[in-house]
This record gives sequence, structure tokens and C-alpha cells, in this order.
Amino acid sequence: MTFKESSDRYRKDWRWHEGDLTVTRTCHWSAPGCHDSCGVLLYTDKDDKLVKIEGDPNSPYNHGTLCMRCLNMVEAVNHPERLKYPMKRAGERGEDKWERISWDEALDIIEENVRRIQKEYGPESIVGMMGTGRNCNWLVPLITYAGFGSPNFGLGFLSGDSCMLPRTAIAFAVAGDLTILDAAQFRPERYDDPEYVVPEVIFIIGNNPIKSNGDGFLGHWIVELMQRGSKLIVVDPKLTWLAAKAEIWLQIRPGTDTALIMSMMSVIIEEDLYDHEFVEKWCHGFDELREACSHWTPERAEAITWVPKEKIVAAARRYAKAHPAAVQWGVATDMAVNGIPQAHAIICMSAICGNYEIPGGQRVARDSYGLSLSYPFGYNEYIPPEMQEKRLGLNYSPLHRWASGVATAYGDVVLEAIETDEPYPIKMMWFQSTNPIANMAGEAPRVYEALKKVEFVVVVDVFKTPTAVAFADLVLPCAMSCERNSIRGWYTPLRSITKAASYYEAKSDEDIAVAVCSRLNPEGFKPRTDMELLQEAIESGTEAVPFTYAELQEGVQFWPPVEYHRHEKGMLRLDGEPGFNTPTGKIELYSTVLEALGDPPLPYYEEPRESPYSTPELAKEYPYVLTTGKRSYEFFHSEHRQQPTMREFHPWPLVDIHPDTAQAHGIEEGDWVWIENTRGRCRQKAHVTIETDPRVINAEHGWWFPEQDAAEPSLFGVFDSNINNLTNQCQVGATGYGAPYKNQICKIYKCTEENSKIMPSKQVTELGGFTYERQHLPEEAVHDHVDDSLDAYTFGRVNADEQIRTDYF
Amino acid sequence: MSIKDYGLLINYDFCTGCHTCEIACKKEHDLPEGQWGIRVLQDGPREKEDGTWEYTYMPLPTTLCDLCEERVEEGRLPTCVHHCQARVMQFDTYDELAKQLPNMPRTVIYAVK
Repeated sequence: MTFKESSDRYRKDWRWHEGDLTVTRTCHWSAPGCHDSCGVLLYTDKDDKLVKIEGDPNSPYNHGTLCMRCLNMVEAVNHPERLKYPMKRAGERGEDKWERISWDEALDIIEENVRRIQKEYGPESIVGMMGTGRNCNWLVPLITYAGFGSPNFGLGFLSGDSCMLPRTAIAFAVAGDLTILDAAQFRPERYDDPEYVVPEVIFIIGNNPIKSNGDGFLGHWIVELMQRGSKLIVVDPKLTWLAAKAEIWLQIRPGTDTALIMSMMSVIIEEDLYDHEFVEKWCHGFDELREACSHWTPERAEAITWVPKEKIVAAARRYAKAHPAAVQWGVATDMAVNGIPQAHAIICMSAICGNYEIPGGQRVARDSYGLSLSYPFGYNEYIPPEMQEKRLGLNYSPLHRWASGVATAYGDVVLEAIETDEPYPIKMMWFQSTNPIANMAGEAPRVYEALKKVEFVVVVDVFKTPTAVAFADLVLPCAMSCERNSIRGWYTPLRSITKAASYYEAKSDEDIAVAVCSRLNPEGFKPRTDMELLQEAIESGTEAVPFTYAELQEGVQFWPPVEYHRHEKGMLRLDGEPGFNTPTGKIELYSTVLEALGDPPLPYYEEPRESPYSTPELAKEYPYVLTTGKRSYEFFHSEHRQQPTMREFHPWPLVDIHPDTAQAHGIEEGDWVWIENTRGRCRQKAHVTIETDPRVINAEHGWWFPEQDAAEPSLFGVFDSNINNLTNQCQVGATGYGAPYKNQICKIYKCTEENSKIMPSKQVTELGGFTYERQHLPEEAVHDHVDDSLDAYTFGRVNADEQIRTDYF
Repeated sequence: MSIKDYGLLINYDFCTGCHTCEIACKKEHDLPEGQWGIRVLQDGPREKEDGTWEYTYMPLPTTLCDLCEERVEEGRLPTCVHHCQARVMQFDTYDELAKQLPNMPRTVIYAVK
């Protein structure tokens, strides 16, 4: 190569000047939202305004590449509709009338309401919520626990906690740790690391990683591995680009993945393709797993999954014979009532084929330096044990209680508490970086109705969202990533996020946490600045961090040493013995933890509760399987809709319909189509494509229309195209984890003037919503016993002593 | 060397259609709505007779593409090349680019200027 980029333009310093501009070399992590944290160069002018962004070629994480959401950062950060000042509601909820106030007045209002509610109802009547994967997921729990004194922190009415948390809970239960596909991302040498081996096969299930970039995994690493020789097996109901490039594509019926994996394992075991040495040394319960899988012939699995049995067999052989073979799993694994057994089955398949802790296989993924800043729903030290016991949903399932290091106030239970005032009333909601009625909340119209009841609602966000307009009494402007000092400890490397710009009176999540907690809990909460908070954070891990927060900013990225084969070296268990951090020291194909909790100890299949097979009568009216949440390059969930450039690329919500199905309904490309089931309907534009099965309708999520009226009945059109008019609440897996966001049933019909007179937003905000029978969680806790002998293997169980790990998540 | 000595190599076998080149270009050149310096064209998906799939994205520089001449003079790569998520784009002299072709099937070299 003769052309090389200038080392003067792309320095390894953290800050320098180019002409009138200041260049800050740092990492990005929300807002705008993303699960990743790529190295960026931020160019700001003399007024601290962001004028340009580039990918940092000196970051081994992304090597200078960026996706369109970072590349449109200048438009996002300087958007005229961003929230600039704190505002209090001046009209009725939903009228979109506001009065600008100061931060001091805002804090006065918060303090007055929190003190009143704490006194009259108890701190537990306050609930804090956030969205997924953003860089406030250590701060909203902190505000909730340290500021409000409440144990009730949760995700924005995400039914069944069905994003990452089910996979995490079961991975910790059966393997002692969460794993991630090893794309050489744990060492700065990346693919040049001499110890690294490119996966021979990558098995992708439950996500389209190049669009979703979920869970700290940069999706295009898959493409880099393909260029280095990796072959793909892709399990996806949709013919994605990765599926088309795969050696084997398994076009599965949504929600049936467990049947597929069980059947693949039956082939792998039957044909003796498993790793005998690893199974004997490091797996527990192989005979029981063999017996459980033996019922899953490929013929039986084909009938359930719609995947031809020949392909199941071929995929099983290809995966098992490849070394190394790595699984890239995703959120679809969580978004089924069968989510926990499904994740367990995938872990079993990885384990019996010997892919744990080897280069290019499944890597135990812990946060840098033992820090706890990714999804640490901990900070329990701020609330007394008796208050922790009041956490909503704690007794709903023993697995959820056991997994209390990541315990949320369970969204379905919070909803029912608002609806019924049981076990106690909910009087205040704090939403930070979550817009539940546009995105996370299943059965969104029901959540809308419930939230109107809550006395005091605060929304912290970067834009005025439908959630803010519908419910907020107070709206606080939040800073974006380039406007905050922060930290990224989720996996490796440990990264700095350095403030380079500022925007009106927007405050960072860190500054908001400091302001709220020091006002409400001045004795218990010590930091008084964001830098003090971050220094405290960096010292909070289980390993000593050999630098200060300020030094981290100057170093930009630090890579702690991470070894392979850690289970053989006694590096995974708290007691220092070889093995995995489970009661048996092995990966538990037969889970002693689940057994002790009273849950099924082996993976098993459960049919979606509404499907052509489980509800054949209902399916006569709603003949299609509905899957939702297919990702787009332009958007992160409900974000980015107000950016003109993103809408130029992707103006409307698109629903994939097979040409045969479209023709049967007189639907053509670009037609507005109603998607409907028993709970409601919404409309999206038809994308007629062979990418989907004729029996499957594949809809987008997260749509609202910032260009439309904010005030009700429009509410930015938030219910018009909202696929969560059709999903549900309180239909969760037996462990409490997993909800069927991605496997519903529906019918479709073309929108006409006649059938479009009442739009869903008006139906919900003015006409009392849709009429149907609401479902509820079972009244009694599913189980009520917890075996104390499990304590040493939990990750942050309530009242756990210091030996019990609350991090590594 | 002048910009005319440089070409743009694209290994379209691995282009994922992620729009990074398109938006990077729009932002670098401040192009208004509807205008593009590079477009990603799509062929497929369609099933072939052997049961495999044709599904190809092909970035195509438009007449507005100037190979980011100003950036190149500053010692930077064209922004599409710098940011390409699939890392399938290269900018170099034709001689250097051509050396790679024997080991890189499904690759084009564009002479833009």
C-alpha cells in the first residue's frame, strides 16, 4: 500500500488542535443509543459545538469504521428539537404545554414529591426505569436506590425482562458466566494475536448482528471473520444478507428455536460428533441431556420449526465437526416464553462440542478489571434488606430472585401494581432514556392507560418523546455522549467517554445522578461532581485498576490481560479451583441450580401460546405468524426518527410480506397495511419480498413520528404504527423470564379510507383503547423456596455477603 | 502524484449494504436531500438453480464523487473508505490496487477522476 493516512491527522493523543478546531479522541456510547462503544474523533469549534466526527483508526475495537448513526452525529447533536431546558407541565397531561424552569426549581419539585411519597407511601412507591443497552444503565439504578431509596428499578415495561437478562440469568446458572463469540475483541492485536484462531463456523441465531450490534458485539466483526474464512450457519425467519451468504440457512418459524437446537443435539449425540473429553471433564448431566434430546428427531423438529429435516441434520454435522465453532446469539432468544430453555439448549450445544474458552469459540465475557458498569442492577448497599425484599416481582420466580444481581423490578409486576395498587401503589415514575409506549412496552396501549394514573412522572431524555408528552410532569434535558464525561466498562477494553461539547442546559446522566442523589441523600451519597463519581466508579471493581479516571481519559482505551482456557487454570471460580463457577464446577447440561429452584433442570420446548398449533381456532381469524423488531441500520429502537437524513434513507415503517401473501390480499409494494390481532392493530407500509416465509409477517418496532402533532390525540402518531398494539404483557415463561414479542399471530389487510377513519393513536388516547380481555400473571408466586446452598454461585443475591459476585455482567 | 493516479477498489463480495459510505459521503460533502456521491445498488435476493442465493450490494460512485480530493491532500482517506464497516473499500494507486485482484474475487476497481 502506498497511500497511508497521516499520523499527524490521526494521533494517539487524546486531544489536539487542527486549525480552529479541537479534536477529542474518545469513545461513543449514548446518547444517541447503541450497544457498542466505538472509538471516535470529535471535532468541536471554539463554542464547544460539534462540527465533525470521524472513526478513530487507532482504536482496535472499530479500526476507524463507523455506522450511519455515528456518522450522522452532528445532525443528531445539533438538532433544533433537542430538549434544551428543564420544563414543567403547564397544561393537562397530553396537551403539550410546558413552562421553562431552572435546574434548581426542577430539583425542588423532585425533592418535594419524593419526600412526600416516601413519607405517605414508602420509597417503594417510586419506580425508576431505563431503556436498553445505553450508558445510563449503571446510573438509573443508582438514582433509584441511592436517591429515592426504592428497590424498584426496571426496564421500560419490557415484558418478561426479555432482553439479555434471560440469557444472562441462565448462563450464570448453568455455566457460571456469560459468553460471547470470540472475534479477537479481548486483545488489542485483534486478528493478529498469535493465539487467536478464526472460527471455522459461526452459528448465528436470534439476531442479525450487522444491523443489531447487540450486547457489546460489533456486528461487522462477523464480516471481518467471513473475509478470514469463517463459514456461517444462520437461523433466521428472514433471508437476511448474512442468511443469503450462509453455507446453511435455517428459515425457522419464530419462537421454535429450542426444538431446532434439541434436534441438532440429538443428531450430534446420536452420530457421536460431540467432544468426549470436554464432556467428561467439564460437563454435568450428559446422560440426562442425551435422554432429553433423544425425543427430538429431525422429523419431529421439522414439523414444529418448518425447517426441513435434511437441513437440521446438515447444520448439526457442520457445527459439530467445525473447530472452533462459535455461536452469535441475540435477543430473539429472550423474546419467547421458551427463552430460558432455549438459551440453556444453546449453551449445552456449545459445551458438548467443546467450544468453551478456546480461541475463536465461546469466550467467557467479563467486564474490564472486574468493574460493574454494564448492567449492574446492584447498588443494594444503598437500601436496607427489608426494603430490598419489597422489590416488585422478587418472589415471582426463584430464578429471578436468585439472579438478583441483575434483578429488576419486574415490568409485568410493576404494571399490575399500577393497575391494582397491589402489593402497594405506585405513585412516582422516573423514566431516563426510555420511551416505553413507543418501544419497549409490550401491549403499549395498556401501559399508556396505566401510566395516566401515576401521580408524579419525570422524564429524562434528549428529545421530547411521546412518553414525555403523555405523562411527564417534569422533563429534564439530557446530554449526549459527546457532552459527557463517562466510562465504558462493558467487556473490553475499558474506555473513556470524554466531554467535548455542550448543549444549552442539558446535563449528563452522571451530573443528573450526582444532582439528584446528593440532594435527596446527602449523607449516604458522597460524590459531588461527575469526576468524583467516575473516580469512585473506577475503584469499584474486584480488580485494582492501575490508573485514575483522568488517566483513563488520556489513555482512551485500556486492555486488561485476558487469557484463554481459564476454566483449566482456576481463573473462573471464586475459590480459585479449576472449573466453571457452578455448584458442580462444570457446565451444567442438567442444572443443579434450576433443580434447586424448582424449575425444569433440562432444556425443553414450549410452543408459543398463540400459534397455528396451540390456538388453531384463533388462527383461523389470525392465520399469520407475526414477528417483530427487525432491525434497521438507521435506527436504534425508537431513536433517530427526528433526524432528516435517517428518514431520507428510511421514511416509513416497513412490514415484510411474501409476494404470494401480498397478492392474496391485493397488497402491493408501498401500500399501507393494517396488521391486527385480538389486542389491537397498527399500520405499516408493505415491503413485498421473498425474504420472509409466506406464513410469516415481519414488522418493525419503535416507530413514532416527531414531525406530527405532539399533543393528543396525535401524540406524535405513536400508536398508529406501533407493533406493540399487538404484543402482550403478563404472558411470560415459567421462570418469569421471556415474553413472546417475536412470535405472535395476526391478520393483515390493506388500508382503505373507509377502514382508516379512526387511527390507533386516537383510539388509544381518546376512545379508551382497544377492547379485549387482558391477561394477568398467575396470582401466586410460581415457587417460593430457594435453596440457600446456592449462595456461593449467585451473582449478587439479596443480602449476599461480599464474597458473592455482583459484577461480571 | 495527482488524484487521477488513484482509484477506488471495492470487494463487493462482502459489501453488506450498511449505507455507511453513502452517509459518510453526504456528510463530508454536505449534500442535500436526494443527492449522493456514492450509491449502494442491490441485486437480489434471488434463488439460483443450485439452491444458493444471489444477494449482492454494489457501491457505485456518482458523478459527484471527487475521491475526497481535499481529504486526500490532508493525508486522510476518502471518507467512504475510512469508515466502511465491512472494510471492503481501498484507496490507492492503480498499480497497488491491481496487485490484490488475483486473491480477491468479486472485486472492482473504479477509475473515478
